Amino acid sequence: MAIIEARGLARTFSSRRGPVEAVRGVDLDVEEGEIVGFLGPNGAGKTTTLRMLTTLLRPTAGTATVARADLLRDPVGVRRRIGYVPQAIGTTAGGTDPSCLVAEELRTQAELYRLPRAEAVRRAALLIGQLELGGLEQRMVKTLSGGQRRRLEIALGLVHSPRLLFLDEPTTGLDPQSRSNLWDHIRGLREKLGTTVFLTTHYLEEADTLCDRVLVIDHGKIVAEGSPDALKRRISGDLVTLSVSADPRTAKGVLAGRPGVREAAVDGRALRLTVEHGEEALPGLLRALDGAGIALVSIQLARPTLDDVFLTLTGRSLRDDSPAGPAAEPVGAAAAG
Amino acid sequence: MSFARDTLLIFRRQLRLSLRNPAWVIIGLIQPLLYLAFFGPLFAKVFDTGLIGGARNAYGYFVPGLLIMMGLFGAAFVGFTIIADWRNGVIERFRVTPVSRLAILAGRVLRDVVTLLVQALLLVLAGLAFGLRAPVIGVLIGFGFIAVVAVSLAALSYMTGLLTKSEDVLAPAVNMVTVPLMLLSGIMLPLVIGPGWLQVVARVSPFRYIINAMRAAYAGHYGGSIMIEGIAVAVGLAALCLWLAGRAFMRENA
Repeated sequence: MAIIEARGLARTFSSRRGPVEAVRGVDLDVEEGEIVGFLGPNGAGKTTTLRMLTTLLRPTAGTATVARADLLRDPVGVRRRIGYVPQAIGTTAGGTDPSCLVAEELRTQAELYRLPRAEAVRRAALLIGQLELGGLEQRMVKTLSGGQRRRLEIALGLVHSPRLLFLDEPTTGLDPQSRSNLWDHIRGLREKLGTTVFLTTHYLEEADTLCDRVLVIDHGKIVAEGSPDALKRRISGDLVTLSVSADPRTAKGVLAGRPGVREAAVDGRALRLTVEHGEEALPGLLRALDGAGIALVSIQLARPTLDDVFLTLTGRSLRDDSPAGPAAEPVGAAAAG
Repeated sequence: MSFARDTLLIFRRQLRLSLRNPAWVIIGLIQPLLYLAFFGPLFAKVFDTGLIGGARNAYGYFVPGLLIMMGLFGAAFVGFTIIADWRNGVIERFRVTPVSRLAILAGRVLRDVVTLLVQALLLVLAGLAFGLRAPVIGVLIGFGFIAVVAVSLAALSYMTGLLTKSEDVLAPAVNMVTVPLMLLSGIMLPLVIGPGWLQVVARVSPFRYIINAMRAAYAGHYGGSIMIEGIAVAVGLAALCLWLAGRAFMRENA
């Protein structure tokens, strides 16, 4: 059963230059226990969609059921059942008061969810252990490191053991260690508690390694969805780069028509192929070269990244924002050769 | 009654934060104490000329004015804290919990009322040292007025802070409202000694009615039209401000 089901969700803001359609009719379904990533460049409508799903912003059109409560008719019901961790960068921070104590923030949060005092204290202690905040209970929030503060903010979203957790840019601004540590925590939530996680990110690596499924949003519409692998397969194909002792144009003539080879281009001394299911096609390609008497000097197989997918879908690259280096050239560059 | 429970919860959180930084209670007291010490003796001399009247002694006239001034400036600036909270994402975090959105306002206002009452008590005690003489009931009525004034201004300030989300807008807005209100309320000197046009203009300041009623209470007059006017204006103003601010906090989009 879907834990999030949205149909035609839209939000139009009015501005001096007329209405701005931030989100234009988003349909989405998230199943219980999934980790779903919402991927898109800044201004694509990620945060606006998230704010609608978490009752912070009323949609101008569309309907949604979130954690079995109707978003429009029962927003308090939605609030009771979801956890939400705001993004920690930009105009607003992640939701903790710098002058509060760690344990205090957790207890307050639990009481905001109407947990009895004793239960609030118990939950606070439990989450302090789970999110590795032990020993920091009596520290002021402003003395925490970036990673510790973010873990506290995630703990705040979990005090009432929600079945569904929304994370807005959970790891933005963190160092690589803190980031992968946080990923472990998010995976653990799903493994141990079956929590469904819906997160926005503009880190491709995050979507790739953490998410079961990725929704790509651009200009306020969802332009693709699927598992990271499926998206990559569907959009780009794998990139095979060969260098041969003979003229690469000869090799191109041999390989261009072979099954699975979508594109072939000569790039200096190298031949670049875009190939479907690259690892399976490779032996056939090698045999063909061998049969034609062409000696191979080197061969490289690169999987496309989500950035390639992104570039294909939106015509824009997310790479400037991505901490992970690209594993392959964008498809566009190969095709242009 | 979940609203009352939520309000108390927010109140306790805000109070804990205040107690962690009790210096603010003292800082808010410094200005009125300076007036009491350095302007009070001058005022007492003027009072003795008989020009002012309407009070048993100079400080019975002067201290209620200082209390209103403290309330005016103390409560009007609380909106800065909601901007800070909004920046920290705290308001948003609260708004996604089932907590009453009105309680996010009410709990804060309650904290401001308590802070101001503590300051008022300290100021009155200092006034006693300078020669304030007033009946206990009158002083208590004065505290009542201070509390209601604090509700009005704090609510208005939070609303402005939440809607503008900008210190650069809030600071001039607060000054634009509080300074003329203070001048037109006869806090330092009674408006009756001013020219006729000033007295007419001053009728728009709600604090003028409130301060007249407080001075009457300090003089031991608890009935009469001055008191009724004062109570009606104070309560009416608080109701209006709470309604406006409440709407801003309850909005679905903020």
